[in-house]
Formats: sequence, C-alpha cells, structure tokens
Amino acid sequence: MSILVIAEHDNSELKGATLNTVAAAKEIGGDIDILVAGMDCESVADSASQIPGINNVLLANKETYKNSLAENLGNLIVELSDGYSHIMAPATTNGKNFMPRVAAKLDVSQISDISAVISDDTFERPIYAGNCIATVQSTDSIKAITVRTTGFDACESTGGSASVNSIENDTNAGVSSFIKEEIAESDRPELTAAEVVISGGRGMQNGDNFSLLNGIADKLGAAIGASRAAVDSGFVPNDMQVGQTGKIVAPDLYIAVGISGAIQHLAGMKDSKVIVAINKDEEAPIFSVADYGLVADLFEALPELEAKL
Amino acid sequence: MKVLVPVKRVVDYNVKVRAKSDESGPDLSNAKMAINPFCEIAIEEAVRIKEAGNAEEVIAVSVGDASSQEQLRTCLALGADRAILVETDESVEPLGVAKALKEVVSKESPDLIILGKQAIDGDANQTGQMLAAMLDLPQGTFASEVDIQDGVVQVTREIDGGLQTLSLTMPAIITTDLRLNEPRYASLPNIMKAKKKPLETLSSSDLGLDLSPRQNTLKVTPPPERAAGIMVEDIEQLVDKLKNEAKVIT
Repeated sequence: MSILVIAEHDNSELKGATLNTVAAAKEIGGDIDILVAGMDCESVADSASQIPGINNVLLANKETYKNSLAENLGNLIVELSDGYSHIMAPATTNGKNFMPRVAAKLDVSQISDISAVISDDTFERPIYAGNCIATVQSTDSIKAITVRTTGFDACESTGGSASVNSIENDTNAGVSSFIKEEIAESDRPELTAAEVVISGGRGMQNGDNFSLLNGIADKLGAAIGASRAAVDSGFVPNDMQVGQTGKIVAPDLYIAVGISGAIQHLAGMKDSKVIVAINKDEEAPIFSVADYGLVADLFEALPELEAKL
Repeated sequence: MKVLVPVKRVVDYNVKVRAKSDESGPDLSNAKMAINPFCEIAIEEAVRIKEAGNAEEVIAVSVGDASSQEQLRTCLALGADRAILVETDESVEPLGVAKALKEVVSKESPDLIILGKQAIDGDANQTGQMLAAMLDLPQGTFASEVDIQDGVVQVTREIDGGLQTLSLTMPAIITTDLRLNEPRYASLPNIMKAKKKPLETLSSSDLGLDLSPRQNTLKVTPPPERAAGIMVEDIEQLVDKLKNEAKVIT
C-alpha cells in the first residue's frame, strides 16, 4: 500500500486538517507521501516533513499551484498518481474542489467524507445528513478519498524527518485564473479547529444580535458559528454555517443558542463532546442531542452567561 | 448562449431518513421526494441568466428512473425551456452520472453548465467537478455570485474562512452554494405551461454507457446515539455543570 496525502495549507502554514488526514492514512497503513503544492511554500513542506512516519514530501513550488486552482492541482495529482493505492485529502472546501477531478480523470469512484477506516478498501461515511452511516467497499484500483477531519484525531506534528523532494511538473490548464480572495480576519480560532464553538440560530433575530455571542466567545476562546436558518435570513455570512452543507465541527464544547435543531444542523455538530442548548422553546429538537439544556430567553441568558464565566 | 442544468430527485429535505432495520439501506418507503435544494438554486440561476438576456435557452437534465420526470417538470415550471431524462433504473454513482452528463453535453454544446454543489441524499459533492474534469473544463464550485462577461464568467466561491473570486473561460461549470439566490415558486399558470414543454427521454443503454457502480454498500446503520442529557434550571447551574461535571470550562 502506498498513500499520497494532499496537504492543506495557505502557502505559509500547514493546516491541522492535514494531520487528521494523515491519521486516517495511518489507519489504512503503508508508505505515506505528502504532496505540498503551492507557491513559496517551503515552510509548509518543512512542517510536513516533521510529521512522524512520512516517507517522502513532494514539493511542487510553482505559480501554477499558488491558489490551489482545481484544474491545475487536479492535473498534477493525476500525473503523480502512478504507483499509489490511495490518494487522500481532507474534506475541506479545497479538498472537495479538486479531488473529484482526480477521481474522474483516473476513472475511479471517489469515496467522499470518510469518518472511519474499516480496511484498506472499506470505509464508513455519513449519508442523509448523518442520519445513516454507510459502510462502503471500493472496487477501484486507486482509492480517491476525502476525509471528514472530525472522524480522526490529529496525528503528531513533530518528531519526523522525511526528505523533501522538489518536483518540476507544471500542469497549468490555462482555463481558470485567480482574481481575489476575501478571508475574514479574526483573532478567534477557525470553526473546524476550535475547542469551543458557540453558534446562533434564527432565534438571534438579526445580525447585530450576534454580538451577544462575542463576549462569551472571547472568554471561552471559542469560534462563532451559525445555523443555516441564520445564514438564510442574512444575519451572518455562509462561512459561519455549521451543518450538512456547511462546516462539520466536533469541539469539546458546543453551545447552540436560539437554534431549533433541524437535522441539517445536527449533522454538522452532533459529534461534539459536550453540547449545550439554550432555547426558549422547550420542544425544540436541539434538546434531544444536548447534554445540558436550558429553556430560557437568550436575550436574558447570554448576558448572564457572559457575566458568570 | 445555452445553459444546461443537471438536477437530481432526492428525498425531501424535511424527511428524517432512517436506516432499515436489516441494515440493507436507507428506508425510503413512502418518503416524499423533491428536487435537490441545490439543484433548485441552479435552475433559478440559469433562469435569471436567461431573463437578464445573457442566454437564449435553459435545458434541465436528470439521470435517474422515470419518476425523475416529476422533478424535470418542476424545472420546466420554474422557467427551463426543455428537459432531457437519461433514464436508468440502476442506482448511479456520481462518476456514472458525470459520464451520462458528458454525453448530453457533447450533444447540446452548452456554454454554461450549472449544478448543485451536493445532493442531500448521498452528500458526495462530486458530480460537477467530475463532469468538469471529463470535459477538461474550468469549474467554479460552491458559487455565491456568478457574473457573465465577454466570453468569461467570474465566480465568487464560498471557501473555508471567506470568499474567493475566479475568472473562468467558457464553456465552464458552476456548482451552487446556498447564498447564490433564493429560488422562486412555480406559479400555477407556469405549472400548466410546463406540461406542454418538451421532455425528451434517452436511455443509458442507447448512450452506450457502463454506469455500473464501483462501490458496494455493505451495510447502512444508524449513527451512534447520544446519551440523554439533562435540563438545567438556570445559567448558574449550567456554568456549574460545565465546570465541575463536564469539566470543559475552567
């Protein structure tokens, strides 16, 4: 078995999702290589080489890969695919973007969003918003896989000393170009990496009221999320959405405020270790997954919670 | 300009699907079916492009059994001009759907193909990207804004942490995210009109395609249940429980 893991990074830092993906690769077993494709991303390759148990780090350092354009990156991975039994990436928006291209070019059926490894060809993955878990066996010679990062604890990030090999492939497809990126600047942790997440729903009533969550998030070092209902109502941007079609989170503590608990939302947070729900409707389905439920008016409860922390 | 919109018939998003007790699959008996919500956003976007004068024709296409005609009629009622059903009774994986769509694309030569980013049944999030790769076309996935200019399309994408804007040569493939638009409701006159719009049926065997699955589903089980929680009286008790019982805050 020989596995190629595609590193998630921003050209300066290796993202934690890579460590969860390597952890999944280690459960499959075999030699693991990591591909770092980007521009001026030597520091990322260096971090990747320090992950224990890595065979080789492949560094594709080119303008072509700077913005992780799916067409260019997909073609590169296809060129490198020879000899690998598994190609794996985290199921981030980036991994979801390029991996199906790789699978299609290799004429294999991708296994999306695996949450457990059963054997080298059999995996568990959630379907129907996590209401069912399918155990699927792939019959393809190469397994193209995206990994649900919350399903695997991150592997160690230091202690290894893999060699870094530069590769010169340049697979610019010339059909897409990067215009701009607007990444929300925040001192708060990333939603998918945070140990504590506090999310607001339609009960927040408007976008301004989300500021009620700020003080609590500051005190707990929490990331702030939202339900789809809050996003649909225009309260907050979609990158805050936790749920089936948003981010999947599994923090130590998840606090759901004014969220009724539609199945699509539960799909994104029900693997959290401890769940707190604050809602004025005692019948709200969110209470069925909560470890601690509080029936209260959030406009009274939130300031009180902030004061008590 | 021609816009092609592939759509999927799925279980309605309000239905809570459970695994069958024999673990052979999800229990879909008598479940209400609907057009996949992201596909509805895709149809809406295509119709708006046409209404803005940037396209002459919107074609809806689906790969599935005969019952998918119902969802194609919905697309026609929402403003698509005609529809194509690639009929198959097999359950087709995204790879197979993309192969079938590729045949439709080579017949129709659309300038833009808009799909939902993900179907809410299999949650695979693959078909648009696979089709793009098979056709060597650029892709703008998870789109929240689409701006058609002279021969190129600018797509703003929802990515982890924010937004990214790309410029794509056309033909191009776009997959829709939530905020791209709010789909309209079909009016009764439009539903009546839709019945007269053309709906062509192709069979997957006519297209000479092997759509057989590459994955075996060994079993489908319910997710692990969470242990029942407790209700607390007030914030004070909540903070106490989090500190001293769950030990998740200090």
